[in-house]
Amino acid sequence: MHTLSVSALGDALRRGEVSSVELTAHFLDRIKTHDRTLNSFITVTDDIALADAARADERRRDGSDNPLLGIPIAHKDIFCTRGVRTSCGSRMLDTFIAPYDATVVKRLRSGGAVMLGKTNMDEFAMGSSNQTSWYGPVRNPWDISRVPGGSSGGSAAAVAAGLAPIATGTETGGSIRQPAALTGLTGLKPTYGRVSRYGMVAFASSLDQAGILARSAEDIALSLGAIAGHDPNDSTSVNRPVEDYTKTLESDLSGLRIGVVKEQFGHGLDSEVGAIVQDAISTLERLGVSLVEISLPNSALAIPVYYVVAPAEASSNLSRYDGVRFGHRAAHPVDIEDLFKRSRSEGFGEEVKRRIMIGTYVLSAGYYDAYYLKAQQVRRLICADFAQAFEQVDLIAGPTSPFTAFPIGEKMDDPVAMYLCDMYTAGINLAGLPALSAPAGFAHDLPAGLHLIGDHFREGLLLHVAHQYQRATDWHLKRPLRFP
Amino acid sequence: MAWEAVVGLEIHAQLATRSKIFSGASTAVGAEPNRQACAIDLGLPGVLPVLNEVVLRMAVMFGLATNATIAPCSIFARKNYFYPDLPKGYQISQYESPIVEHGELEVEFDDGSTKCIGITRAHLEEDAGKSVHDLFPSETGVDLNRAGVPLLEIVSEPDMRSAAEAVAYMRTIHSLVRYLGICDGNMEEGSFRCDANVSVRRSGDSALGIRAEIKNLNSFRFVERAIEYEVARQIEILESGGSIIQETRQYDSVTGETRAMRGKEEANDYRYFPDPDLLPVELQSDYIDRVRDGIPELPAAKTQRFMSQYGLGRRDARRLTLSPDTADYYEAVVRASGQPKLAANWITTDLAAALNRDGLEIYRCPIEPTELAALINCIIDGTISGTMAKKVFAAVWRREGDPISIIEKQDLSQVSDPETIDNLVDQVLASHPAQVDQYRAGKTKLLGFFVGQVMKITRGQANPEMVNHALHRKL
Repeated sequence: MHTLSVSALGDALRRGEVSSVELTAHFLDRIKTHDRTLNSFITVTDDIALADAARADERRRDGSDNPLLGIPIAHKDIFCTRGVRTSCGSRMLDTFIAPYDATVVKRLRSGGAVMLGKTNMDEFAMGSSNQTSWYGPVRNPWDISRVPGGSSGGSAAAVAAGLAPIATGTETGGSIRQPAALTGLTGLKPTYGRVSRYGMVAFASSLDQAGILARSAEDIALSLGAIAGHDPNDSTSVNRPVEDYTKTLESDLSGLRIGVVKEQFGHGLDSEVGAIVQDAISTLERLGVSLVEISLPNSALAIPVYYVVAPAEASSNLSRYDGVRFGHRAAHPVDIEDLFKRSRSEGFGEEVKRRIMIGTYVLSAGYYDAYYLKAQQVRRLICADFAQAFEQVDLIAGPTSPFTAFPIGEKMDDPVAMYLCDMYTAGINLAGLPALSAPAGFAHDLPAGLHLIGDHFREGLLLHVAHQYQRATDWHLKRPLRFP
Repeated sequence: MAWEAVVGLEIHAQLATRSKIFSGASTAVGAEPNRQACAIDLGLPGVLPVLNEVVLRMAVMFGLATNATIAPCSIFARKNYFYPDLPKGYQISQYESPIVEHGELEVEFDDGSTKCIGITRAHLEEDAGKSVHDLFPSETGVDLNRAGVPLLEIVSEPDMRSAAEAVAYMRTIHSLVRYLGICDGNMEEGSFRCDANVSVRRSGDSALGIRAEIKNLNSFRFVERAIEYEVARQIEILESGGSIIQETRQYDSVTGETRAMRGKEEANDYRYFPDPDLLPVELQSDYIDRVRDGIPELPAAKTQRFMSQYGLGRRDARRLTLSPDTADYYEAVVRASGQPKLAANWITTDLAAALNRDGLEIYRCPIEPTELAALINCIIDGTISGTMAKKVFAAVWRREGDPISIIEKQDLSQVSDPETIDNLVDQVLASHPAQVDQYRAGKTKLLGFFVGQVMKITRGQANPEMVNHALHRKL
């Protein structure tokens, strides 16, 4: 059952071949068996899952049907879930039980999806390898000595190992696409504002966006409609109708123009990964698209800009963790200052502290103009590059990650090397564009991803092209041998 | 050489909305601690602010009423600092692009002179919560009911030159926000309070002196006393060769002094930046026009109208238009009595004194406008004398009944029958022959004595005019 796609599982449920309770029990069982190895879940919610599943079966008996009814799902532990610990991978929130559901969780629940549990992640989503989690690193199902990427590393490992058919994730600079690439999954980050951020623990508000990790573009198309759409609780969510993403999957690709960015095949890219991505682009060409070489002249500035803007917003967003109302509180404070300082010193890990300090610095009087303001100006140039590119092409294709999964322990003492994991992805968040990663082959026996970037609100086109690619290839069907 | 005080005020007016500026929680006062603080007010992980549209309308009304520029695009910014009653670790405020800028307000002083005070800006922000130090023996409590209550911070230019000018300006703003219906003006509950920036300089200097900021003044009297004290303090320091340090000070209403706050706040770098959770506020001109159409008649215009329509003097007209409630009350009395001058007299004297004595606002006045009008009509038609009217007024105030029933019940109506009066006068003259002789010999001052005697017999109910008349005739 765990090798089937969401649409196949939906068919099985519809035909009565399996109940949601049976399906859920199967995945809970796999979590029990394999997650000691992977560490992909922080919290497994057996009771809630089985109750959700029973309710889904009941709804189906009453005549309800929709693509996710009775389908188990794992939520990144960044989404608030009523009555369930929402840790965000941090000691700071180790004891935090959210009193409300995030909009994404609420919408999936009302669509009948069954919550299996909360997945591991980099602390406060700050990291590209899932090594900054208070709950320990997650292992990559393709090679358990390696990282699964991050920050949605738990969601990626869980789906890749068949512990969940599908999972939610979030991005600030590549946290869905990069782990999807490193674990052989399809991962979509929608347009900024397409999915509500309400109830998603904030990292960098102008960049954060929720999305889906799945085994195929089709599975994402089935589930995206459930979470997308305007939310009055999020002023930055866009009030614009949600399309039926499954409707446009099947048409052919002829006539589409796909841009290939010359800057993305240069320095820093692993040559085997580069060859795989070139090959994938050739496949697209065979499927009828025309290729256009384009330039994004400011793309090299994406990482420096990202590492000013994101920490700046984070330094403010994380100020609420002060030990006063919830979360970790230092024992026996002597005064309020001591309470603040020690609660935060003890509650946050190294990477989070590093980014709070960078962010505080770039917003400080005397440095604001040189860093934060300048970064916002360059951000506009990056946006303009993309806007210009989309006048020439319908989509942009390239590598998701410059390299494949690296060993656990690597890059932890070299933050800048770690930050380069996001060199192709972070610019997309700065521009608020939708993008996905799809499995495109294996380099050094590890998965590598094809990166597809669309113009604002072109999620449907991204899924369409990825689906056609997946009809022509079988990379997305490969499964890690260790987790049969 | 003489010294000159320079004062600017930052007034915080709590906007009279039902729900908070960024959440749906109620703004009503008096709830149990933290009962009116929802997930958003508590700053729980994952929550987001959503702007209450009503506060925009209120800020725009204020801007239009002060002839200010309404920003076509204003931006909410985060002011970052740690404080136990600041749930998010930042306050959402407006920094570089406030919604209202470059306004002005004409202020009239007690001597009738006027001055135009500049309003630098007015911006929207959320209030913080409240630290409670006296509820637990060794701990501090935090009450977040007030967190997220909308405030309009109105920043003046340093245009005031004395404590009295500052108070007059603050009163004018106070009157204006209540007219606009955007703030209840309740100073005891903190809905209307201010910080005063005070400095002094030699008369004739154009450069500003170093200022002290006196925080959180919540009554007109405190504003006046605090500024007076601070000005004297600064002059004394400068005259003895010292220098002023820029600092935040606190006013102690018991001693009447200001003293430096132990403030680390001074050293704070607030790291303002645009709040990425909120979109820039873009206002279309047709929106602004619609708001303009909804602005009621404002104090200055109403004063003018009262003078021309009711024939009142400037002083009375101003007193009656200071609050919209007083003006409405006055006009209701005039409508029911047709007596604009008497109505003005009664409201600015007896009614004002009674309200003041019992500490009541006019909207809680125990005497209805129609009752005051009835009382006035009884004076006009001669049913009661002015002296009697005051007694009836006091009885109505105590809710012993409406004026007519009190007059009837207590038999207070005036004796105005000519024959009765004549008989009474005859009776008095007959029983005081010596005084009659003295009067007729030229001691005309005794007229008052005879009037008093008639009043004594009638327990004050004789029509004094008629008594006078009869005495003149008979003596």
